Amino acid sequence: MFDLVVLVILLPLLGVIVNAFFGRRLGERWVSYIGPGAVGLSFLVALILVLSLAGLPVDQRHHETILWTWIPIGNFQVDLGFLLDPLSAVMILIITGVGFLIHIYSVGYMHGDPRFARYFTYLNLFVASMLTLVLGNNFLVLFMGWELVGLCSYLLIGFWFERVSASDAAVKAFVVNRIGDFGFILGVMLIWTTFGTLHFTEVFEAAEKSLQSGAPVAIAITLLLLIGATGKSAQIPLYVWLPDAMAGPTPVSALIHAATMVTAGVYMMARSHVLFELAPFTGQVVAWIGAATALLAASIGVAQYDIKKVLAYSTVSQLGFMVAAAGMGAFGAAMFHLTTHAFFKGLLFLGAGSVIHGVHDEQDMRKMGGLRSSMPTTFWTFVVAALALAGIPPLSGFFSKDEILATASSQNIGIYLLLTIAAFLTAFYIGRQVLMVFFGQARSDVHAHESPRVMTIPLIVLAVFAAIAGFFNLPGVGSFSGWLGEQAGELNLAVAAISTLLALAGLGLAWLLYGRSPVQQDQRDPLAVRLGPVFTLLERKWYVDEIVDLTIARPFKALCSFLAGEMDLGIVDGFVNGVAWLVSLFSRWLRTIQTGFVRSYALAMLLGAVLLIVYVATR
Amino acid sequence: MLQSYVPILILLVLATGFALISILLATFIGPRHPNTRKLSPYESGMTPIGPAMRRYPVRFYLVAVLFILFDIEIIFFFPWALIFRQLGFFGLVEIMVFILILLVGYAYVWKKGALDWE
Amino acid sequence: MNLPDYNFTALTPALILSLWAILILLVDLLFGERIQRWLSWLTVAGLLVTGASALSLWNVRAEGFSGMVVLDNFAIVVTVIAMIAGILAVLLSSDYLVDRDLFRPEYFALMLFSITGILLLASGRNLIMLFLGLELLSIPLYVLTGFARPDVQSEEAAMKYFLLGALASSFLVYGIALTYGATGSTDLLKIRDALQNVQVITSTLTLGGLILILVGFGFKVAAVPFHMWTPDVYQGAPTPITAYMSVGAKAGGFAALLRIMYVAFPQIASYWTGALVLLAIATLVVGNLLAIQQSSLKRLLAYSSIAHAGYILVGLAAGNNRGVAGALFYLLAYAFTNLGAFGIMIALSKKGEEADSIESYAGLSSRQPWLALAMTVFMLSLTGVPLTAGLVGKIFVFSAAAEAGLWTLLIVAVLTSVISAFYYLRLVVLMYMRDPINDFGTQVHLTPGVRTALALAVIGTVLLGIIPGNLIDFTNQTLAITTQTLVALVH
Repeated sequence: MFDLVVLVILLPLLGVIVNAFFGRRLGERWVSYIGPGAVGLSFLVALILVLSLAGLPVDQRHHETILWTWIPIGNFQVDLGFLLDPLSAVMILIITGVGFLIHIYSVGYMHGDPRFARYFTYLNLFVASMLTLVLGNNFLVLFMGWELVGLCSYLLIGFWFERVSASDAAVKAFVVNRIGDFGFILGVMLIWTTFGTLHFTEVFEAAEKSLQSGAPVAIAITLLLLIGATGKSAQIPLYVWLPDAMAGPTPVSALIHAATMVTAGVYMMARSHVLFELAPFTGQVVAWIGAATALLAASIGVAQYDIKKVLAYSTVSQLGFMVAAAGMGAFGAAMFHLTTHAFFKGLLFLGAGSVIHGVHDEQDMRKMGGLRSSMPTTFWTFVVAALALAGIPPLSGFFSKDEILATASSQNIGIYLLLTIAAFLTAFYIGRQVLMVFFGQARSDVHAHESPRVMTIPLIVLAVFAAIAGFFNLPGVGSFSGWLGEQAGELNLAVAAISTLLALAGLGLAWLLYGRSPVQQDQRDPLAVRLGPVFTLLERKWYVDEIVDLTIARPFKALCSFLAGEMDLGIVDGFVNGVAWLVSLFSRWLRTIQTGFVRSYALAMLLGAVLLIVYVATR
Repeated sequence: MLQSYVPILILLVLATGFALISILLATFIGPRHPNTRKLSPYESGMTPIGPAMRRYPVRFYLVAVLFILFDIEIIFFFPWALIFRQLGFFGLVEIMVFILILLVGYAYVWKKGALDWE
Repeated sequence: MNLPDYNFTALTPALILSLWAILILLVDLLFGERIQRWLSWLTVAGLLVTGASALSLWNVRAEGFSGMVVLDNFAIVVTVIAMIAGILAVLLSSDYLVDRDLFRPEYFALMLFSITGILLLASGRNLIMLFLGLELLSIPLYVLTGFARPDVQSEEAAMKYFLLGALASSFLVYGIALTYGATGSTDLLKIRDALQNVQVITSTLTLGGLILILVGFGFKVAAVPFHMWTPDVYQGAPTPITAYMSVGAKAGGFAALLRIMYVAFPQIASYWTGALVLLAIATLVVGNLLAIQQSSLKRLLAYSSIAHAGYILVGLAAGNNRGVAGALFYLLAYAFTNLGAFGIMIALSKKGEEADSIESYAGLSSRQPWLALAMTVFMLSLTGVPLTAGLVGKIFVFSAAAEAGLWTLLIVAVLTSVISAFYYLRLVVLMYMRDPINDFGTQVHLTPGVRTALALAVIGTVLLGIIPGNLIDFTNQTLAITTQTLVALVH
């Protein structure tokens, strides 16, 4: 029966095919049944499968479905196979569940778009790819999903390609992710040469048996995998693409760039936790990267005006929390935060989308304000999510974040400090956002209106989960960690008290600056007045984009044009001309036929031959 | 092993030497009384009209190439002709196939008008 | 007197194909213009018959003409690749030629002769034979490159190709001569035996010969720095010829290179693998980096074909079984993909307006959704995205390099394939994320031939990506059978 897991992937894929080939003829109405419907059915199947998986004894919760041998190159055997175990079960529920709600929401959000069918084609394709990623039973299938979700992500970021920023953002996301992929591929290659297989269970068994803790090869593999994770999960130094990716439609940001795809890096580390546990050094690196990212992104989030940019940096920051947890070996905590984050951050994005929809495609928070009364449902759901993000008990974010902080406090005080400051900033920026958007007076003439029900109902459902998901892992109520086979984290009361107080302090500070006397139209940001140049530095995102452009992008472009221009024409031709000049000392006659390009080509061949001969002769 | 090439080397030296010496001798000791008639391409032939580097019809090339092609194919007949008795029936069939292919080429050239001058 | 062992079985495919070429000339003579429409299908039929005859000899391993030719499974796989390249190119050609008033029946005969050259390169086991095959492959190609006469670009390309090709051939002949001087034979097996002698191994003659042979075939497969003709010639030649050349000529060159290196020179494998690593790195870097700069699709595909030669060289440089099988599989995958990409170009071109400017592909997805989708499949495969043939090929050769421990080469190869995504996907982005800028793509040329070719290419690209299993078994079996003569001697 667990072979039905194939159906979970096939249903969205069916949606892709129908929408891609018949979408335009079917019209918006039918597409809006098929697109969400496919994912909804997939969710049902997934739910049934996970429930029956839960009915099994703990040691039997591991089911593999092998379709066929994908690549049988001698001893390099890779199956196209899927693995259903507690870890992938959590992921498929999030993907299809949150995905289903976001699909429904999209029906309202994308209403009237000329490329409505194409949108749902991409979205369904994304869900199918993401499911492949988490269900794969070996690194190659995981890589397949990894690449395909990337592809969908670029297509969806650039969906509104009429806007220059959208297509630029797509290219940026693409380039940055390729850097991550580079590490990932090499890591997979190294896994294969080390263990002779890519199959998860076999690799981990072999690793546990044959490798000592701290073995160089384990460190090398995990560092390479880490490069991949920093690309996908937007960590330092490869996080730069995610904020720009907000140029895509907002439901896309909610689904791909908050709830699911960006967590692929965390999932991958959780999946290969055996390897990471063998490499404590990498664990340290991972934890520091995660913590630093959490703090850096939170600090940038403080000074953004674009409603989606704030959430984007918040996502980067929260991913930092998850990565830090993974680095400290608390994979259960990482996955738990991943789950709650999928609810509350997905909700925040959808709420932001609802706001943007309500104020007619305005994204600048300085032009919003006072939406509380005109958009009540959006407001209340947004507040629930914001409080969850800030870490106010008993909402979900409090529990999951607290588990990470508790782990950090017992393991590494430096990381704990970074994360705590980040948590404080988180409460502040989300408070600032709520106050700027929903409170005070309207700062523009746009007449805001509440979104249609097809959009608000998903908000309400998500709000319920964002509120209660924390109990999934509360001792006595639910055992999320136990489900994953991890030790449940102790509830550290001191840490919990500190972080709750800090969250309240952050919210209070936001209230002091933005709530007490609401910002007026054309008034400078009160924080900017107080922080001065520091605020500018944060607003300009620590000038990272500029630095990257100056140090990496430009030299690379220069290298390419150098190779195309000077190298091809200048050096080779120049060399030819130089030789010609020498030769002409002996014979003016030779020089007269020293003109055509063919000669330089021939000379290049000759040089190549000479170089090869020199190489062979000197080795 | 290289010793077996010594005669070739000697031949090479002799041939080059002979050519060089002849030219040099002619250059140095030959009498020279240049005048217009002597400098013309054909001293006792037709008076040249126009430069020698002239364009002329590409058809010449075509005919020349065809000639070379068929001429070279003839060379293949020669070894066969020497031992055709020993080769027997098999050799006959082989050479017939060969001729047949040649004939197809010939027919092709003919039909395509490569042999027509105008 | 004893006749040599003329075992015609070993030559079956090549004989059928060359006779078919003559048949096409005859048909043209007898029926003239009346059969013009059917000529390309007749050519395809010939290729199919040849392919079938080759496959019917699977596992037979026929040797003939005193070991000059050997038809083993290796040769058969290469033959199949050549047939695929030939069939697709012929299907793409007919209407292209008619449209531009270039239709001359010789075209198809020349094409078949050229493919015969590939077959000889695949099954030759004597340097003389291989040289003959190379010339048979090249000379018709020179003519075909200039087939768009009186188009100046085409003529120039033909001239360049011819001159440089002659130079490369002279390198090859010189190499053969040196090898003969060192070992006293041109038979690959005898060369190998002669190289058992330590003195012969280290002799300058041997190494010089080895390198010059490498240069000769390096030219044919467009390895850097013997690649400089590629962009000019690819751009000038008629598009179907470019398509054929990018796959067929490569297949022939690589087949010969593989056989020479593995059969004749296993004793000095460390020398040629070292040299091939250098060539592969140069080829990967130059091909991929220069491709980024192109604005002409044909030139882009030219540099891309250089880059892909680099990936195949990775397989060769690995110097192990997996490398050979990987190179063959890569060629097969590349045949479908690359001919498909050129096929899209042909479908979108019309007389006097080649679909060459990359910019003009903007917004194609709204005008020609099917062509855009097919092009996307090809570009993804060239990039090496999962579920396409390209990825399996890359994994194949990369794992060979990993097995051989060539980590530097592997890192360069992975890095460049990451970079390559940039220019391939640029086209996809253009097609899906831009609005059309002119009336490009409003009229297309989807004749039955082009349709068939594109469908075959898409099916091949996708099937090889999803269920490559059977084909990999197929190439692996090739090795199992020919191991004794081909590979086992490397170590």
